[in-house]
Amino acid sequence: MDRLIEPADEDGLRTAIADAVADKRTLAVSGQGTKAGLGRPVEAQARLSVARLSGIVHYAPDELVMEAGAATPMAEIEAALDECGQQLAFEPPDLGPLYGQPPGGGTIGGVIACNLSGSRRPFAGAARDHVLGIRAVSGRGEVFASGGRVVKNVTGYDMSKLLTGSYGTLAVLSLVTFKVAPRPEATRTVLLFGETPADAAATMEGAVDGPSDISAAAYLPQKAAARSGLDDVARAGGPVTALRLEGSREGVAERTVALRAALATSGETEELHGRRSRVFWAEAGSGVLLPKAGEGGDMVWRLSLPPAQGIAGGGMIQQALGGEVSFDWAGGLVWCAPAPAENPEAVDGGAEKLRRIVIEHGGHATLVRAPEAVRRRVPVFQPEGGALAALTRRVKENFDPRGVLNPGRMFEGL
Amino acid sequence: MEMPAPDHRIISRRRQIARSLRRLVPADAVIDRAAELSAYESDGFTAYRQKPLITVLPVDRDEVAAVLRYCADEGIKIVPRGAGTSLSGGALPLADGITLGLARLNRITDIDYPNRAVTCGPGVTNLAISTAVSSRGYYYAPDPSSQVACTIGGNVAENAGGVHCLKYGLTTNNLLGLELVMMGGEVVRLGGKQFDAAGLDLLGAMTGSEGLLAIVTEVTVRILKTPARAVAFLAGFDSVENAARCVGEVIAAGIIPAAMEMMDGPAIRAAEAFVGAGYPTEAEALLIIEADGPEVEVAAATARIELIARRAGATTFRVSGSEAERLAFWAGRKSAFPAVGRLAPDYYCMDGTIPRASLPLVLTRITELSREYGLAVANVFHAGDGNLHPLILYDANKDGELRRAEAFGTDILRLCVEVGGVLTGEHGVGVEKRDLMAEVFTEDDLKHQQRLKCAFDPDGLLNPGKVFPTLHRCAELGRLHVHRGQVPHPELERF
Repeated sequence: MDRLIEPADEDGLRTAIADAVADKRTLAVSGQGTKAGLGRPVEAQARLSVARLSGIVHYAPDELVMEAGAATPMAEIEAALDECGQQLAFEPPDLGPLYGQPPGGGTIGGVIACNLSGSRRPFAGAARDHVLGIRAVSGRGEVFASGGRVVKNVTGYDMSKLLTGSYGTLAVLSLVTFKVAPRPEATRTVLLFGETPADAAATMEGAVDGPSDISAAAYLPQKAAARSGLDDVARAGGPVTALRLEGSREGVAERTVALRAALATSGETEELHGRRSRVFWAEAGSGVLLPKAGEGGDMVWRLSLPPAQGIAGGGMIQQALGGEVSFDWAGGLVWCAPAPAENPEAVDGGAEKLRRIVIEHGGHATLVRAPEAVRRRVPVFQPEGGALAALTRRVKENFDPRGVLNPGRMFEGL
Repeated sequence: MEMPAPDHRIISRRRQIARSLRRLVPADAVIDRAAELSAYESDGFTAYRQKPLITVLPVDRDEVAAVLRYCADEGIKIVPRGAGTSLSGGALPLADGITLGLARLNRITDIDYPNRAVTCGPGVTNLAISTAVSSRGYYYAPDPSSQVACTIGGNVAENAGGVHCLKYGLTTNNLLGLELVMMGGEVVRLGGKQFDAAGLDLLGAMTGSEGLLAIVTEVTVRILKTPARAVAFLAGFDSVENAARCVGEVIAAGIIPAAMEMMDGPAIRAAEAFVGAGYPTEAEALLIIEADGPEVEVAAATARIELIARRAGATTFRVSGSEAERLAFWAGRKSAFPAVGRLAPDYYCMDGTIPRASLPLVLTRITELSREYGLAVANVFHAGDGNLHPLILYDANKDGELRRAEAFGTDILRLCVEVGGVLTGEHGVGVEKRDLMAEVFTEDDLKHQQRLKCAFDPDGLLNPGKVFPTLHRCAELGRLHVHRGQVPHPELERF
């Protein structure tokens, strides 16, 4: 894969893909390449970088909408939003460090192509819930658009959702339009120390339904908590349950007092304000609290489970495979780093066992970090069967009939 | 508006087809008598009527699958139908097609409070979900104004919204899982009770697909805890401009209310005369704003919203003092359609979405068009998310008035597109806006949408004649026209 194609604009992108179709040349698609480690390894004859399709083209804070080239750096988007007191409500996690990259990288197109959402996801929706419109070039070398700049829109199929989380396997995004939100005036995180997993599950469930109106809920077992850059968390000496409150200054202050009072019988509490609260959720949402690669974290899984089954499911997996787990999304997201196998080349690293437990608990598993050889052998995304697998294949064939875009990134042979 | 030419070979086999269907589902589930078929000849979009070939009312997934498998084998078209409340003709029958009514799949099969999920048949009504969980203090957020009657399956097909979607999203944002039956009878499950579904986002693609992709036989939605406190405000203004400015400033201040609705003078007066909600009848624009959440946050929002409204020139401002009063404030808005309906024998409800900032311009232009067409109009508007519902008043018995109302409506939708908006915010394309799709999309845009349909329904048997102005065969759409990039590719003009 020596050749790099780097089109300057959308028409160049169309040309590049149309040429690849004509020449039957496969393409590995990237923005900044920060998430190259996410998904199955792509074996392609050329690399197609959309890095030059960058820049915010429309930002209307009063309309709560932004439109940007697919490769616009997240840092640029976040800076522009910050200036107007706004944010992305789905809180995209910075996965760079998980793949050994410096923090602060990545593009909006990458976030959308991988449908990445952070800790606010159960309360504010996923990346896919915030995409309003797209422009893209399909694997047929044709430009198409969907959606628009307005939030409420049922004009035609929701192709924006189809492309969100499709890892560049159906079309290459050139332009994305998305919803933005006001940044809350205040944010505080209440930490509750020393809960057992079962108690934490009950605390999180109660908090989601309770009067506090929380915007995130996580449970960090002792080892995960110890890796935090925040003293209060790292020196807890035990597990930490964390609940976030956001809103008006006076409201958050009052709600924090009430929440801590309600939790008083469950253990010691502490609170993180402003910046420290943001640091906490940046850590909790991005998987960096699990062991590093080479230190027990060679394989990292992200499990999406019904929230009330998360803690139990994660516990069973840990019991079966060892290693570490950590919980976000009020139990609905389990980060999992099974203990490294003695001979990782020979086995699947426990993937089959892990997936069986995940299915029993009504969820699915994504292998978000693993050496390339493992990702070639072990399905990265939940394997599909029967009519669903056939449907996925037909969708791929309709959008990319020659299989030129990111071959095999999601599923083997697709 | 033309529908696909009926296949007379199918029509001539009607009795035989009905007989075959009676072997697959109980005899009383197959309706083929003309008198009984009349009940299915239109939906909420009453301008067009057509008796279906046959109506079938299955009771479960297996019956749905059996009917679809038979129809796929025989090449018979299917028109899915929920409660028939579509405002865009999504369930308009075909003379050579079977109307598949899903209203009998109406059982709530699972209420899972710890996971805040309800699983039910597609024929359960929207409101029934909230009712089933209300004793435990939960509700289902999307609340289309037809929620008493409309089904959750229909909500999925149309991606239904409602007044609270400003804060809580549309159907697509509250849907966790689906069970589908494909045209060939295969069953596919998407999502579940977890937040993120696996694989391609086919759950997202299905939502709002207007019954053209697959038949939904089970739905899992997310329920929410009823907010600790909800307060509604009524703010009267003497101009639409001032009311629109208030909406913009609330958002700019970083407040996302649970709902933010606007009614213009004619709509205010019609609603007040109908239900006596206490609306200021002298106002030219009324905002109904709702704040919900913890007590302290609602109190903070109340103070800020009142200040913003007064600064924007509100002539009246009332805060609901009790739950009964809050519901009364909403009663006027929720009955706006029937209230306006009393002003004329017929009304035509439009559904464009526009960027909020262009609201004054669009309403001024609608007033001008109203004069040009000689038809009155009242405006009800989901102001928070820019979704406009002009109600055009006409009399179908007067020669040419229906056509004039349709032409007026088309002009309004063109105007929406012109200012950067779209044809439909929540009612769907159906047959109503089908022929306007080319105003918004290029041919390649539409072809890619149809390719998604080809992946689901390659023979084009599900709800043909809806959504797409031109039907291409999947074989034609699938053909790869290999042209190198440098060969000039004519970009189609966007209107």
